[in-house]
Amino acid sequence: MTTLNEIGRPEVEDFLFYEAELLDEWRLDEWLTLFTEDANYYVPSTDVAPDASADNNLFYIADDRYRLEARVARLNKRMAHSEYPRSKTRHLVSNVRIREREADSLFVTAAFITYRSKDDVTDAFVGSHRYRLVLTDNGLKIREKRCVLDLSGLKPQGRISIIL
Amino acid sequence: MTAEAALREAIHVDNGRNLFKVSRRNFTDPEILAAEREQIFDRCWLYLGHTSELAKPGDFVTRVVAGRPILFTRDKAGELHAMFNTCPHRGATVCRERHGNANAFQCFYHGWTFGQDGGLRGQPGKESYDENFNADGGGDMVHVPRFEVYRDFAFVCFDPKAVPLVEYLAGGAEYLDLVADQSEAGMTIVGGTQDYSIRANWKLLTENSIDGYHAATTHATYLDYLKGTAGALAKVGLNGVGRDLGNGHAVVEYSAPWGRPVAQWIPAWGEDGKREVEGIHARLVERFGENKADRLAFRNRNLLIFPNLIINDVMAITVRTFYPTEPDLMQVCAWAIAPADESEWARKYRLFNFLEFLGPGGFATPDDVEALEHCQRGFQNVKEARWNDISKGMGLAEPSFDDEIQIRAFWSKWNDQMLAGPGA
Repeated sequence: MTTLNEIGRPEVEDFLFYEAELLDEWRLDEWLTLFTEDANYYVPSTDVAPDASADNNLFYIADDRYRLEARVARLNKRMAHSEYPRSKTRHLVSNVRIREREADSLFVTAAFITYRSKDDVTDAFVGSHRYRLVLTDNGLKIREKRCVLDLSGLKPQGRISIIL
Repeated sequence: MTAEAALREAIHVDNGRNLFKVSRRNFTDPEILAAEREQIFDRCWLYLGHTSELAKPGDFVTRVVAGRPILFTRDKAGELHAMFNTCPHRGATVCRERHGNANAFQCFYHGWTFGQDGGLRGQPGKESYDENFNADGGGDMVHVPRFEVYRDFAFVCFDPKAVPLVEYLAGGAEYLDLVADQSEAGMTIVGGTQDYSIRANWKLLTENSIDGYHAATTHATYLDYLKGTAGALAKVGLNGVGRDLGNGHAVVEYSAPWGRPVAQWIPAWGEDGKREVEGIHARLVERFGENKADRLAFRNRNLLIFPNLIINDVMAITVRTFYPTEPDLMQVCAWAIAPADESEWARKYRLFNFLEFLGPGGFATPDDVEALEHCQRGFQNVKEARWNDISKGMGLAEPSFDDEIQIRAFWSKWNDQMLAGPGA
């Protein structure tokens, strides 16, 4: 069985590219299986520190596992008007680096550009993903995904109705 | 059609048939936006910020109010100043940071420096100027014509002749009290701004923010989510009233099943949460008596202060303001406001609640954005399909929270304000 020490950048890149593929193909139920049972998904607002806590700062998104499941359940419905009809997305992931290795987890950063197209409009979200990855019996899983936007606000994107 | 003629047809009211129509040109016509800048944004009291954002001497924030970059500061003596963020010398914005703390502000272009009160403190090469150069204050940063604070909510007005703020607020003042009264230590803006734009006319967001009618369809997935946690919610339904508060201000006030940190407990918060929320409620009863305490704790309020300040006291409290940059584009700023003295537990649950519904990543706001942008698309048919309808509940003695009296209050004032002569 693979150990965490044997996980290098190629393995991490494969995992992140697979995640991007699931999102772009709207296979959100499968995407959810990439997360641990205690996972968090964060998008901080653009005027707080990248490592700010959602407990005392207003974010755009701060999901625990329960709400992440609810987010996916919502996006799977036709009444999620913002994403029905569904937008087309392309998640580009680059500059992947393993920054820290801890006993049971990896801290990984990656640059991203995610394009969202709908109704003749294409918007780009730019920033860095900060992942806390753990190795389980079922391979790599995401314990935390934090998307730090390199934007001064959601102008003109207006909403983060897709998953970044 | 001239802009004046367009304004005469801006709204159409037929009391006999209980009809209230709003022309869609009001959302699309650049001449109407130009008139709004003069008649509304140059004359009304506009929200600048909350004094808690400037907690310490030297604190400052910069933001744009009605297209004007403003520098909002607290000086050493604790006094607040609202100034146009432009160097009196050659015009560059003096402060280019969003917020911070500073003893002085230096314009980077030629190096003029200003105190926390905007007074000119230094000029490189001062000896080249007349010794009386600043005798008339012409070298100081220009203050906004009017600046007043009500219960820590700070407003500016660009019309020197405007009525005092408290008079302007009319029946809206009581509802600002209902926010301010939630804490003995004062309310505070939590760190972090939701800063976004919507490709739609600004008035669509005013309407949407106080519209109880759209919830069942626009927010069907949010209501599903609530039902999914049904055992974890309070056993109260959506029920309440809409009110015209005078001067264009309006509110919907209603009960709802979600938890409120001040102070409606829900089973999802567990026994610790129950003790905490009951304690908050008990203190409200001590301070205000049972009736007002219950109103503070168990009623939700979506408040409009005309023309563009929204304070929605719902599963959390959001303060939101927005300005047009084009007829079909607005810039939005939204903050979370909370009791300064609330516990870590309450703050955490408040913010968790906030993001569930509110903001560009929530389970509801994105669908509002979608609705507003598609209204704006639909308005491209304005030449032939001319009118919006906001007649719901007209003629009823006690309009419900999901009627449209509050939206009619906005439009009636909007129309009066647009037609008002000079000095009105």
